[in-house]
Amino acid sequence: MFDFFDYMPIQASTWADRVDWMNNWITDVSTICTVAITAVMLYFAIRYRAGKHSAPSSKADHNLNLEIVWTVIPSIVCVYCFYIGFDVYKEMRTPPANATEIGVTGFKWGWNFTYENGKTSSKELVVPVGEPIKLVMKSSDVLHSFFIPSMRVKEDLRGDRYSYLWFTPTITSDEQPGGVFPIFCAEYCGVNHSGMRAGLKVVSRAEYNDFIQERGAIELSPLELGAKLYNEKACITCHSLDGSKVVGPTFKGLYGANREFTEGEPAVADENYLRTSILNAGKQIVSGYQNVMPAFEGQLNDKEIDALIAFIKAQKP
Amino acid sequence: MGTTADGKKLNYLNWEKGLWSWWMTIDHKRLGLMYLASILIFFFLGGAAALAILMELFTPEADTLVFGDDAQTLTPQQLDTEAKSNYNTAFTLHGVIMIFLFIVPGIPATLGNFLLPLMVGAKDVAFPKLNRHSFWVYTLGSFIALLAVFQGIDTGWTFYAPYSIQENGYGVILMTFAAFILGFSSIMTGVNFLVTIHKMRAPGLTWDKLPLFVWSMYATSILQVVATPIVGITLLLLIAENIFGIGVFDPAVGGDPVLFEHLFWFYSHPVVYIMILPAMGIVSEIIPVFSRKPIFGYTSIVFASVGIAAIALLVWGHHMFVAGMSNMARYIFSFLTFFVAVPTAIKVFNWICTMYKGSIHWDTPMLYAMSFVFLFMIAGTTGIHLATLATDAHYHDTYFVVAHFHYTIQGGAVIGLVAGLHYWFPKMFGKMYNQPVAKLGWLILFIGFNGTFLPQFILGMEGMPRRYASYPEEFTDLHQLSTKFAMFNGLGYALVFGNLFVSIFTGKKCDANPWRALTLEWKADSPPIHENFENIPRVDEGFYGYDKEVEEEETVKGGATHGA
Ligand code: HEC
Ligand SMILES: [Cu+2]
Ligand SMILES: [Cu+2]
Repeated sequence: MFDFFDYMPIQASTWADRVDWMNNWITDVSTICTVAITAVMLYFAIRYRAGKHSAPSSKADHNLNLEIVWTVIPSIVCVYCFYIGFDVYKEMRTPPANATEIGVTGFKWGWNFTYENGKTSSKELVVPVGEPIKLVMKSSDVLHSFFIPSMRVKEDLRGDRYSYLWFTPTITSDEQPGGVFPIFCAEYCGVNHSGMRAGLKVVSRAEYNDFIQERGAIELSPLELGAKLYNEKACITCHSLDGSKVVGPTFKGLYGANREFTEGEPAVADENYLRTSILNAGKQIVSGYQNVMPAFEGQLNDKEIDALIAFIKAQKP
Repeated sequence: MGTTADGKKLNYLNWEKGLWSWWMTIDHKRLGLMYLASILIFFFLGGAAALAILMELFTPEADTLVFGDDAQTLTPQQLDTEAKSNYNTAFTLHGVIMIFLFIVPGIPATLGNFLLPLMVGAKDVAFPKLNRHSFWVYTLGSFIALLAVFQGIDTGWTFYAPYSIQENGYGVILMTFAAFILGFSSIMTGVNFLVTIHKMRAPGLTWDKLPLFVWSMYATSILQVVATPIVGITLLLLIAENIFGIGVFDPAVGGDPVLFEHLFWFYSHPVVYIMILPAMGIVSEIIPVFSRKPIFGYTSIVFASVGIAAIALLVWGHHMFVAGMSNMARYIFSFLTFFVAVPTAIKVFNWICTMYKGSIHWDTPMLYAMSFVFLFMIAGTTGIHLATLATDAHYHDTYFVVAHFHYTIQGGAVIGLVAGLHYWFPKMFGKMYNQPVAKLGWLILFIGFNGTFLPQFILGMEGMPRRYASYPEEFTDLHQLSTKFAMFNGLGYALVFGNLFVSIFTGKKCDANPWRALTLEWKADSPPIHENFENIPRVDEGFYGYDKEVEEEETVKGGATHGA
């Protein structure tokens, strides 16, 4: 209608225009009602101000017809709003059978995306344009929420069962600043909740195929891969390389050092210790720290774990 | 009644002296004032936390909330972590204090306590000692709550599992324990009010004459009694999980985190109406008095209050549209939620029609009542965006929600409380506050409030998530706008409450009924005597016959104007 307050982000999914249309419709009707009623109220306040208009000139204390009108009209508007919202939302909750499925794991504080052929990524979710995408999502620790403003979708990730959402991107993300649409975690999940962001990269089918088959990718050395994973899997948010304590202990000089735990015997940080710590940090809690590290069990393959261990070993004291 | 040694008339403020006499009092008026003092202290504490939040949000990076001498020695990463974790504690502190210690007791415990017996023409509430216990229990609960939050809980006021359990286990049990104790206080107040309204009405005061503020307290009390026990159940389950390791909420031990959300909102949604219904009651009292007209649609306002209370118990799921409920549950909760809007709209129309052809006095309470109507319309209509499923998928957990509930709770409940304080202040203290200062305070508050929260609607539309210590750069301008206006908002409150406080001591004496209102509390002295009335009044007619009263006065005095 008038689109008084249309600040919605770029429309990049099949239903984004319909969501915005109803959003603007509701905003317009709300604005008109609020302005009109406030105007009437102010008019009364001025027109009938005491002094200018000393005695009340109406005694009406009810009017059945009027009251019926102002009960029925808002009811109709409400049922209509429910209906339009329901109509589009039903579609949002009904993924088509031919949708490309991508797994999403949320952890403190990052995302892990697993494509149909087992390929994974973390900082960017890559999807083909014009095709339905279904995200099958689970959290490996606390609640998170997957929010893509440009697609107008959001759904929480829980630790006890899978949740899903789907969308069909209508445009590629080329024109977007940074080349990706923002993804946010929308459910509070601890210290670095506001750092739990990623990008949605929408590309052509051909580019998507190249991406998941890693065509054109350079083979990384274990150390390089470890450094990449240290960034992508968000180890960086909790473990520093410069010796400073952040949420977790620093990696500097960790390899070969003596570790003390809140419970049980001390141990030396060898390869096996590092491996268990990465996969299941909760097993032994390092003294002076809290049990907040997500378990990476099932999210890293052997090659990646070895790479991370190599990377940690390289952080000499 | 008696007089003091120096010949002043005795009233509830001076008939007994000493702090101990206040602590041990069973006088509903003194209890009301003590509640008022306590919740206002918490209001300023919560407000300080709000300012800390907004300071941090002035820049996109998390870098402001770092204290202590060693701030310089921190690495950038340590600084970031430190600022973020302080930010998270600050918004938890803000939410917990504002919700559980300030606005839930809010109007019922303060103005409700003070006025309800007076308005029904009784000497006190039905169970005066229970009323005192309720205050004591509130004091205890507040201490435990402060203990819990100052341990550094960083869960937000919603305590969602499993985060709360995994990282703040004992803190959260302590906090739920505090909520449980505070809940007892509200149940005691609720029961007390219900019995008072049923059993203690003055002769002739039939249900259809009950003032609308009393009706709103009635609806609120029902909600307090029905919804609050859920907190106790949640506490037991949290203890079972944390201490006995029985899986209830934490998936790591086989629990269901969404169950926690259900329990939480089954209590916390009705709580929104515990906050807002009394404010609507206050506005329904003020508008007829200052328009010198009968309230329009008395019966429909009564039914709307009770209707809102009933529907309020059925719509908690609208906080969980994207939390993982079944699709069918989402559809049903959305449908039901829309029916809260209808009674709310009815009330707005009734208030406006009350003003039609009235004789409107622009005194401070009326300014607040009118701004309440405006702010509450914004709160209500943005609720439609959130009840509509497809738009809520975008708005859930963004700044749109933050703005919406601040319009509801600050623009609604707090403005309602402030309106009520300005209306009944002369009754409470027998003095009038400085009206020009009060009006200036109102103006600053009104501008500051809208300036703070209107930009947040836009932030929400653009996709800014809530509870973010750092944010993408494109949101900076709007956050800065919001922070700047928040200073005015704070200044407004300082002026408004400062003025009221100073006026307790320096205000001009005024007579028992400066607004020429007809409800029974105005028939008592100002300040009222300990037992409220020397003789229990008889009620022959309803309280909203302002037109008649004005006509009479007109013939006697020939057109009196209102002292303002
Ligand atoms: C949410 C913050 C967080 C993230 C993300 C995180 N960790 Fe940790 N990590 C911790 C904490 C806290 C500890 C210490 C407590 C414990 O032992 O569980 C720890 C302990 C460890 C240890 C044992 C360290 C020692 O001093 O003995 C290793 C090894 C480790 N993490 C590796 C990793 C790797 C590799 C990643 C990324 C794949 C990672 N962590 C991601 C918080 C985190
Ligand atoms: Cu998060
Ligand atoms: Cu609600």
